Amino acid sequence: MITLALFVVLAATAIVAGALVFRVDSMARATFLLLLSFLAVAGLVLMTGLQYLGVVIVLMMVIEMVVMAVFMIMYMMNPAGLMTMTMFHNTRGAVAIAATVFVALAAGALVVDWPVRGGVPAPDLTMALGESLMSGQMLTMMTLGVTLFATIVGSVVLATGRGRYDRLGDDLGAAESDDRDRGGVGR
Amino acid sequence: MNVALPLGWAVLLPVLLLAVAWAAVAADVVVAGRAAGRPVPWTTAAALPGREALRLLVGQRRRAVAGDELLRGVGGAVLPIAALLAAAVLPLGLRPVADLGVGIVWFNAMEVFAWAAVWLVGWGANSTMSLIGGYRFVAQGLGWELPHMFALITAAIGAQSLRVSDVVAAQQGLWFVVIMPVAFVAFLLSVAAMAFWGPFGAPVGRDLAGGAAAELGGVDRLVVLTGRWLLLVAAAAMAVPLFLGGGHGPWLPAWAWVLVKTLAVLAALVGLRHRIPTIRMERWTEFSLVVLTPATIAQALVVTLVVLGEGGV
Repeated sequence: MITLALFVVLAATAIVAGALVFRVDSMARATFLLLLSFLAVAGLVLMTGLQYLGVVIVLMMVIEMVVMAVFMIMYMMNPAGLMTMTMFHNTRGAVAIAATVFVALAAGALVVDWPVRGGVPAPDLTMALGESLMSGQMLTMMTLGVTLFATIVGSVVLATGRGRYDRLGDDLGAAESDDRDRGGVGR
Repeated sequence: MNVALPLGWAVLLPVLLLAVAWAAVAADVVVAGRAAGRPVPWTTAAALPGREALRLLVGQRRRAVAGDELLRGVGGAVLPIAALLAAAVLPLGLRPVADLGVGIVWFNAMEVFAWAAVWLVGWGANSTMSLIGGYRFVAQGLGWELPHMFALITAAIGAQSLRVSDVVAAQQGLWFVVIMPVAFVAFLLSVAAMAFWGPFGAPVGRDLAGGAAAELGGVDRLVVLTGRWLLLVAAAAMAVPLFLGGGHGPWLPAWAWVLVKTLAVLAALVGLRHRIPTIRMERWTEFSLVVLTPATIAQALVVTLVVLGEGGV
């Protein structure tokens, strides 16, 4: 009974908060409503007994949404993002896409002949997850990790205004850079 | 093995944290007075947290024009709640209120709510100084979060468990601070940084007229400042089970050792606070990413090799 009530509350929170993201007129509110939606999903994951994954979703989503708020407000069309705004663009197309995706996913959930569980869950799910990632899925994770890292390095290289040759001279020989904002390491 | 304390302790935990925070504030007032050359008698200092709280309780709240009161209120309330939830996995003695299997990850997840809280408080006031303060905290957070996570992971590797009571049990013979000093120092830095306190106080700095807290008055200010001290106490207390042997020690019972060690960590932080100037974001970020992050990764590697060498995992 309590389980069912908890499920209903979390599921409703996830959906309502997710929908409200498109109703509010402030980027900050939209971002943190999205965070609330994700936190409810994390609660649902915790309810399935996946402690590690549930708590990691909370951890990652909080950091991610704060960083996203910073970027979203930075790229908004009005200065500082303090004025009201709307989250809608291309309304008709969006309605069509959203409806199609919803029908496809809902149909999938209802129509698929879900298999019955075979075997029992591992005694320590965190351990089982780690072993799966570090043995069977090792290649996937390694490829993923290197790809993500290359993306980060690539974006930084593309975005940086002043590279090391600008800062330290053509032969990198300058003892100190002429940065306007001096860092803490001294070069 | 679950060794959680009876549920009644959940009620006692906020009281304990507030009491320790009260002592820390009083000590801070004494040290600040001495540093400023105007010594404060300890009787005055001991009463000051209560007087200040009462003053703020009856004080006028401040509202800026067109501020987002909802977000500011949520941000302020999240700060003390996050500190209390993070403290739920702290062993008070050898047993915590909630003995989660992923306790270390839980602690980390709760304490990053400070990111959202400070940014929201800064944003909601609709004031330039507050907004800059909120952004400063996010910039600082990007600097301390990685070394902080590696420090937590290092302790977990040493104990081969994410359960905080297992980490304490693994230190029965040797405190982790001995084999992972770099992680310990990185953790202490992040304790002060996550509470935007001391040298990491730039988000609420005087150069911003109070920064994220500039527009806070009355009970709003009380909630945020209390949350900040609770966060500092909870995080400083976490250093005890992670690196300082938890409740292990001779003669005294476990709870007394936890209290003594927690107060010692806080005393060190409060004592150092007035000797170190506020660090600027760009300096801290570069130091954190170029020096501290690689150092903590190397520390995790060394501890992993030691654990493997001893036939662990």
